[in-house]
Amino acid sequence: MTTPHNEDLYQQVILEHNKRPRNFVELSPCSHEAEGYNPLCGDHLHVYLRVSDSGVIEEAAFHGDGCAISKASGSMMTVALKGKTVAEAKALFEEFRKLVTKELDPASPEQHLGKLNVFSGIWKYPSRVKCAILAWHTMNGALDQKKTVSTE
Amino acid sequence: MPVLDIDKIRRDFPNLATRGRDDKPIIYFDNAATTFKPCQVIASTHSHYCHRTANIHRGVHYLSEEATAEYESSREKVRDFLGTRNTFEIIFTKGSTESINLVAASYGRRFIKQGDEVIISEMEHHSNIVPWQLLREETGCVLKVIPFNDEGELILEEYRKLLSPRTKLVSIVHVSNSLGTVNPVKDIIRLAHAAGALALVDAAQSVSHAPIDVKDLDCDFLVFSGHKLYGPTGVGVLYGKEKLLESMPPYQGGGDMILSVTFEKTIFNRLPYKFEAGTPNIAGVISLGEAISYVNNLDAGQLIAYKKELLAHGHKVLSQVPGLRMIGTAKEKAPIFSFVIEGIHAHDIGTLVDREGVAIRTGHHCTQPVMKHFGIPGTARASLAFYNTKEELDIFAAALNKSIKVFHD
Repeated sequence: MTTPHNEDLYQQVILEHNKRPRNFVELSPCSHEAEGYNPLCGDHLHVYLRVSDSGVIEEAAFHGDGCAISKASGSMMTVALKGKTVAEAKALFEEFRKLVTKELDPASPEQHLGKLNVFSGIWKYPSRVKCAILAWHTMNGALDQKKTVSTE
Repeated sequence: MPVLDIDKIRRDFPNLATRGRDDKPIIYFDNAATTFKPCQVIASTHSHYCHRTANIHRGVHYLSEEATAEYESSREKVRDFLGTRNTFEIIFTKGSTESINLVAASYGRRFIKQGDEVIISEMEHHSNIVPWQLLREETGCVLKVIPFNDEGELILEEYRKLLSPRTKLVSIVHVSNSLGTVNPVKDIIRLAHAAGALALVDAAQSVSHAPIDVKDLDCDFLVFSGHKLYGPTGVGVLYGKEKLLESMPPYQGGGDMILSVTFEKTIFNRLPYKFEAGTPNIAGVISLGEAISYVNNLDAGQLIAYKKELLAHGHKVLSQVPGLRMIGTAKEKAPIFSFVIEGIHAHDIGTLVDREGVAIRTGHHCTQPVMKHFGIPGTARASLAFYNTKEELDIFAAALNKSIKVFHD
């Protein structure tokens, strides 16, 4: 890759997660589930969570159709969520949302995004921000017991 | 016959000189969404606002009379462009969408009753689906759909079976925006008439493809948008046969569409003003006239031949891209290339070729039933105009190959 923009967008780690998405299954049984839809581009996925009685996310999975950005984002999200409490997951969603809309500095030591910082360049592609955040919105909707989430 | 001077034409479109991402020259392949505008059209808009700003059909002052004359001369140009005799059969609207909505709301509500049938096709743009669904909700009419085959060609035998004595209207797209198919609208209209139905042609994509003659087609209504014909956005046309337009109630009420208003009774204006309530897009209409003059100054035969070359070249270079599957392979096609690539979502293709300066559309193109037919969420679509070149298609194909490498390495 020769141009900086796409180095930001289609980094190896994103391409790799797109090719081999982690936790890409319909999780059953699960305690929380929601369906996310991006009507603009047709990205369509389900997010499944198994939350323990003490409020810890024991399992996170996703399934559906989408572009490389939405798939990689969903994959990396499920990895990041495992073992987190519901409160931590919601806080991470908020940080991720701020990252992709350039409200949060990826270099800030105050944030907990780790590998998810790979999405920090996406604000340059406003039409693709929705792809990156779809799985997260869907996860948040699942925690709030919303059945369907749309990015519109 | 002189050869079409593409370089000269390209110099008329200043937007072609714009640089894209990373300062790459723009290759504009999104003409089915909207076309670039020649400087003559841009100058016309500029000139109107600099020298002719006035409302029309209202003032006795000089500027208003000048603006009115220019506005009405645009109507005359559209009349000539569509090949009808009567200038009052040309109604200015916001665009194709509003034109179809006008027919559905005005003609539909008055004349299409419960159990009556409207026929559309599986390849319609949402703008030629939803207005009829709204009408169905209101009147209880029935919506029937002509299917297409896997090449993206309408199945006329199925169409014949759908026609019945209850068919009131057949509303059909001339050139599909997502498949590129050129439909045999003349046959479709003839069959509609034989069944006692009216026919509406959605010419949004076809006005820039080949000359249109409403007399020859014998359509009852025809709609198009200015911005897909090198004109400005926010202006479009509804052509309707006089007898029908006369029989239809007004679509909206307001100024300019009345002869006299009292609180007891309002007398509506004559055609075409009956359907043009309120101050219209005056600069837009005038500039659309300029766009038509621009197209008229080019040799239609040469344009058609050139676009055939672009179509053939596009199919040739794209067929060599590994894993590419063309969606829409009709025998009669406009230079619109809709496709999917194995293992790469259309959205990613769009972003990756944008890096090389190529502007294409990705997604369902407001034709979700077409995507459903092929079982895909969306396509990447390159749609060409006469200012595009074979060299640009070569660069596009190279950009696709590069994108595939990014994904499969």
